[in-house]
Amino acid sequence: MTPAGSENAFAYLRKLIYDNCAIVLEADKRYLLEARLTPMLTRERLTSFDELVARLHGSNAGPLRQRVLEAVTTHETSFFRDLHPFDLFRKTVVPRLLNERSGTKRINLWCGASSTGQEPYSIAFIIKECGLQLGGWTVDFTATDLSEEVLARARTGLFTQLEVNRGLPVPMLIKHFDKVGLEWQVKPDLRNMINFRKVNLMEAWPAMPEMDVVFMRNVLIYFDVATKKRIFDRLARIIRPGGYLFLGTVESTHSLTEQFQPIQVGKAICYQRIS
Amino acid sequence: MRALIVDDSRTMRRIVGKVVRENGFDTVLEAGNGQEALNHLRECRDAPFALALVDWNMPVMDGLSFVQAARAEGFSELPIIMITTEGSLEYVTRAMEAGANEYLMKPFTKESLHDKLVLLGFETTT
Repeated sequence: MTPAGSENAFAYLRKLIYDNCAIVLEADKRYLLEARLTPMLTRERLTSFDELVARLHGSNAGPLRQRVLEAVTTHETSFFRDLHPFDLFRKTVVPRLLNERSGTKRINLWCGASSTGQEPYSIAFIIKECGLQLGGWTVDFTATDLSEEVLARARTGLFTQLEVNRGLPVPMLIKHFDKVGLEWQVKPDLRNMINFRKVNLMEAWPAMPEMDVVFMRNVLIYFDVATKKRIFDRLARIIRPGGYLFLGTVESTHSLTEQFQPIQVGKAICYQRIS
Repeated sequence: MRALIVDDSRTMRRIVGKVVRENGFDTVLEAGNGQEALNHLRECRDAPFALALVDWNMPVMDGLSFVQAARAEGFSELPIIMITTEGSLEYVTRAMEAGANEYLMKPFTKESLHDKLVLLGFETTT
């Protein structure tokens, strides 16, 4: 049964989430907060959302606040989500990169919404299969997320059967995973390819090299317009002229930034930083 | 678009049938084992199936033998998804080597079957 909660408690939670993650939750999204936070209330032995808010007001509430934010911001994910953008990356962007970066033989890549790892590992499988690391090339691949909890999982490369069922082509399961007990684990060379670290997109971004490719998929959808514009400005600074940006299927740069132009191939779109 | 569902469990055939219908298949034929499925393929050479979804463990002829027989009889273009409780790397590899195109481990969600259909090029509305 869903625990009770006053309108004041939910208003407080909405503000907490907006202030820390810039995720806008209107009052009619109460069901979403209930769905995401009820398991946590049970774990914490709290009987109502008001009790949760009272605890958040108490001293040493930092870890609890982090758990609330993580519960709300952890989204559904799957390998090769939406499929087509990954085809575009493999068939169009990677060949371009091999040409454009042939001088330095170095490619810098950032996945800004790692979650439990399905997205960065999908990219890593393509990088490996395209032989990008062969012939003296270096791939500097950073994957970030707001949540330490999901990053810890992502680093292990362990996925349940239900998770590898979602979106992963079986030839890739055979090639890139080991069966470990009841779970499947990404092979060590692929796990080592990715540097997983915590980054809150709302706060200062850590020093990162100029990026050739950024995947920032299904994150911006939760932000308000002003925050989206701010993030696009920062992306324009971190992505090299001519570099590539991948957004979620329902996200776009339209009326938010003039610094990227779309590249459409078939059903997929990515965005190129204007030179 | 026609799909062939091969499983000795009527319940499983019903579940899989519901998901493939939701994903744009208008006709679904069912078979309780590999031999029945092979007969369906032979009878329908003029109007071939767009997809077969095949269990592994079945009486008379199992799913792996069906895949091998179908490929040997020239049904080389038929996309085949194995849907099975067999979840070891060895079984997955054997199915793919025999000629299956995809592999889904039970228990599965309808979203995961949808993902497999998309991987095989069936663009759907879900």
